[in-house]
Amino acid sequence: MGFDIERFTAMGGFGGHGRHLGMQYRTHGDDWAELALPYGARLIGDPASGVIASGPIVAMMDMATSLSVWLKRGAFEAHVTVDLRVDYLRPAVPERTVIGRGECYRITHSIAFVRGIAHDGDPDDPVAHVAGTFMRLNAGVEA
Amino acid sequence: MTPPRTAIGTQMVLPPYAEWLGCSIEWVEEVPELVMPFGDHVMGWPGLLQGGAIAGLLEVAGIAALTHRLSLEGTARIKPVTVTTDYLRTGRDHPTRAVGTILRLGQRIANVEATAWQEDRDRPIATARLNYRILRD
Repeated sequence: MGFDIERFTAMGGFGGHGRHLGMQYRTHGDDWAELALPYGARLIGDPASGVIASGPIVAMMDMATSLSVWLKRGAFEAHVTVDLRVDYLRPAVPERTVIGRGECYRITHSIAFVRGIAHDGDPDDPVAHVAGTFMRLNAGVEA
Repeated sequence: MTPPRTAIGTQMVLPPYAEWLGCSIEWVEEVPELVMPFGDHVMGWPGLLQGGAIAGLLEVAGIAALTHRLSLEGTARIKPVTVTTDYLRTGRDHPTRAVGTILRLGQRIANVEATAWQEDRDRPIATARLNYRILRD
């Protein structure tokens, strides 16, 4: 059966925030998912340079890594972000679409460990690196 | 993200992303406090705030605090190096407020902490530690 990412993202899985940001599904594997965030003037964090703010990148990486957890578990399960760290390696180039690839590299009874990168065309020259954890909501008290 | 250069006193100008989030500044004892209304544009699960919008608000609050402090010292640009967000409680369909606290402002690096809350400041929904590179003119 598994987790149907195409259906999930097409049926409003990004929520209002993701939809308003313009988040798009790209592709996925067994334990990873890739999303895209097209450039938009409303996302600018630095008017002088036109570079987008980091908030939209965090939102995309939170969603990409969430999707990777559900892909690895093989089903959608309610979870919450415990923490998410973003390292800003360089500013994203204005006008370019930012691609976010999230991967779930370890899953326990209650916690999923994720990592990912965001890039603007070349995955070998990322704009950001992320690492985070999610807690499964229905894992029981002793989880 | 470079701060708006017009950040003097209450004249601080927020970048387009902060405007898009619906953020406004309220000055509380000369500290810029950010207020973000709830709406579909910041919603994740129905009726709940999306984590990315919370992180975005915390970032804006951190930058506002840092920009305000730097504006008192001359001109400087800032670039984010790392941002770590801890999600403490569920964000609900209420306005969210956030403030940044400068832990240390050095010549090259600023360490900032930002806190977001809804109805009760003593029950924060998220905190972030934000480290910035300072580029002094």
